[in-house]
Amino acid sequence: MLSIRRVPTVVSNYQKDEGEEGARRAGGCGRNCLNNCCLPGAKLPLYAFKKLNKAVSDVNLDVHENREPPVAFLDSLLLGEWEDRMQRGLFRYDVTACETKVIPGEYGFIAQLNEGRHLKKRPTEFRVDKVLQPFDGNKFNFTKVGQEEVLFQFEASEDGEVQFFPNAPIDAEHSPSVVAINVSPIEYGHVLLIPRLFERLPQRIDHESFLLALNMAVEAGNPYFRLGYNSLGAFATINHLHFQAYYLAVPFPIEKAPTKKIIKLDGGVKVSELLNYPVRGLVFEGGNTVDHLSNAVSDACICLQSNNIPYNVLISDCGRRVFLLPQCYAEKQALGEVSAELLDTQVNPAVWEISGHMVLKRRKDYEEASEGNAWRLLAEVSLSKERFQEVNALIFEAITSGDNGSGNAHGGQDPESHTHEKVDAIKKSSHPTMVAGTQECLVLQ
Amino acid sequence: MESQVGLIEQSFHSSYSFCVREALVELPDNFTITDPCMSGHPIVFASHGFLKMTGYTETEVIGQNGRIFQGPGTSRRSVMEIREAIREERAIQIHLLNYRKDGTPFWMLFHMCPVFNKEDGRVIHFVGVQVPILRKPRRLGSGSGRNGVDLCEEGSTGMHDVVYGSCRREVCSDSLLELDHVLARESPVDTTNRGCAYAGFEIEEPCEASDMEKRRAVTAINNILSVLTHYSELTGKLVCGKRCSLSGVGLPSSSLNISLGRIKQSFVLIDPYLPDMPVVYASDAFLKLTGYARHEVLGHNYRFLSGLDTDSLTLCQIKESIKMERACTVRILNYRKDRSSFWNILHMSPVRNASGKIAYFVGVQTEEACKKQEEHEMSPEMRQLSAVGAVKVAVRSSSMAAGSSRS
Repeated sequence: MLSIRRVPTVVSNYQKDEGEEGARRAGGCGRNCLNNCCLPGAKLPLYAFKKLNKAVSDVNLDVHENREPPVAFLDSLLLGEWEDRMQRGLFRYDVTACETKVIPGEYGFIAQLNEGRHLKKRPTEFRVDKVLQPFDGNKFNFTKVGQEEVLFQFEASEDGEVQFFPNAPIDAEHSPSVVAINVSPIEYGHVLLIPRLFERLPQRIDHESFLLALNMAVEAGNPYFRLGYNSLGAFATINHLHFQAYYLAVPFPIEKAPTKKIIKLDGGVKVSELLNYPVRGLVFEGGNTVDHLSNAVSDACICLQSNNIPYNVLISDCGRRVFLLPQCYAEKQALGEVSAELLDTQVNPAVWEISGHMVLKRRKDYEEASEGNAWRLLAEVSLSKERFQEVNALIFEAITSGDNGSGNAHGGQDPESHTHEKVDAIKKSSHPTMVAGTQECLVLQ
Repeated sequence: MESQVGLIEQSFHSSYSFCVREALVELPDNFTITDPCMSGHPIVFASHGFLKMTGYTETEVIGQNGRIFQGPGTSRRSVMEIREAIREERAIQIHLLNYRKDGTPFWMLFHMCPVFNKEDGRVIHFVGVQVPILRKPRRLGSGSGRNGVDLCEEGSTGMHDVVYGSCRREVCSDSLLELDHVLARESPVDTTNRGCAYAGFEIEEPCEASDMEKRRAVTAINNILSVLTHYSELTGKLVCGKRCSLSGVGLPSSSLNISLGRIKQSFVLIDPYLPDMPVVYASDAFLKLTGYARHEVLGHNYRFLSGLDTDSLTLCQIKESIKMERACTVRILNYRKDRSSFWNILHMSPVRNASGKIAYFVGVQTEEACKKQEEHEMSPEMRQLSAVGAVKVAVRSSSMAAGSSRS
């Protein structure tokens, strides 16, 4: 088994160090959580978005014709609720008091000095060689957060119009998706989108959940509000399905990288390869409808996770562009192949770091931050050219085979059965074997 | 939108003398002038050439943001580069796929440049020249130099600019149906040769402006700038194409102005470091609520809203929270310019910049009489907080760019 030691991120005030957990789990916990003990009568705002049957680019045009206020409703709701939690003192620190700068250079990497984020937590062992692991209710998960940490419920509207209910009951049977704060934010508005919270899904992309995340980016309508996803083995925090998001009104270096088109899929989705960027990756954009784009990316993600390849996803530009980055840093780290110099910085290259937003923990690293340093770190994250080609071949087989792009919604079940042979093939080639039958299943970040 | 027309007039005539329009109309080039200080960064002038090229009428274009000319095939990366240039208040020359009113796409060389106020160094307008590019075939990857490749490589997508073989003329919309057939025949695609195999019928249409077209853009920019400079001399508010002095004292940069302009609520920014803590930004909604004009507000202490019956204890409370660098909400009696009074639910909060220091205090006003909440609306308190959040994001992000890349 491959594992790394790291300080886990505290995303909730109800997240305890391993060992402290468990003792308090008797019913009627009195901390206003989201479990059955505290749910009856609980209410939260509910935002229901309009389901779209068109491309994201058209959405923008519509908005313009109506001359709607440029600040979208979801955007305001999120900012307002987040500011409310900030003034209520729910965060571990004021992220706007953290120094941040754009590093001089061609790409404009962004550095933030965050000395408080990793404090007060003991390093924990994280397993990094298994991208899919079963949900473990004994570990921290988002049903354990306090209701005050949840900002609102987020779902597709039933009648096709945007709807907002300031006080909607939380109906666990209905399995709402929720948006909660991250109490260790890396920028203003840092939240977690937890699809179908009460279904207790493990960290693993499925079509429905990815579409929800993409819709959140579309609905927020703000190019500086991006969503990200880390798989297990690619620095995911918690094995309970979640996406992250926050505001940062500068372009990310990855968004500036040139691209080269590889293919256009049936549904109008263009897939390109990143050029001149330290991490090799793919860019998905366009598509006749939001569903087309969502399905293409989901298919690719499902392919990666069923082949046990850790990856990160960035949803950018109001849901118009999606970056997919397979990575191998944690594996290298576990195998002792990362230099001590890089490890010393304790930077965990998850989706935000890969996109060019580096959160640094030591003042020294912040002051000395340079494009060269950022590049060196990210180069270690990237798959090799050869490995990337192999992985791409798998992805393209998955996204061009069969039903993708037809516009039909996929069923709830992931079409994973047909990828099993490939799992074996890939394991033989270069990837560490999965450990069979172990119940350890460490929570990864 | 009556008021916007007035604001657009004002945008123009506060800097240039009256005849500037006539002089601009004389210019043969395709260009627009936009005002980053106005909400939505709208077009305030469009040349005849531009209107002819895009097929829009003047009234359809004035007051709109330049993004209405973009379409599905417009490179998102190029759009981002333009956004970044605006944010950093610098010139940019870039190839861009735009769309006419009838939906047909066309490639053009977009050259945009900021116009500065000579005195305080603030950006007052952006001039954007569009030179249509006469298409010449260019082989993929043959470009040299990072820029040449970048700008075009991911250039166009979408159905409109799908092209057959070597014929690179623009495709008329009526051939789209036919293209659908081609696309259908070509799929499902074979993944073994991805890359070049599909490029045969649908090339990304890399295109590059000729040196002549590039020179044309530069000449046009220079001509427009000299007209603007000339007509600003007469108003005493000189403009220039290069930043002549450091950005004005305490006043937000144009990029911050653009971000703040998107926030629709009534609010002001106060600079706590300047003598007497003046207001340095006031939103359109604030001017509407209080009846003041912007110049009557900027540079003055916020107390101009107070009057005879304003409770001095409440004023102390506000001062105290500024001193303690804390957020506060108060109910205060304020007065409009016409001396009519209203109960103002005022929320004040410190706002930090990228170095983590307090840069401003934001004050968000809600008139109490308006405080009836519809069943499906956000509460007024939440709306105030959302304005605070949006201001915090704008201020923090806009001050990060100071040491930014590319000058």
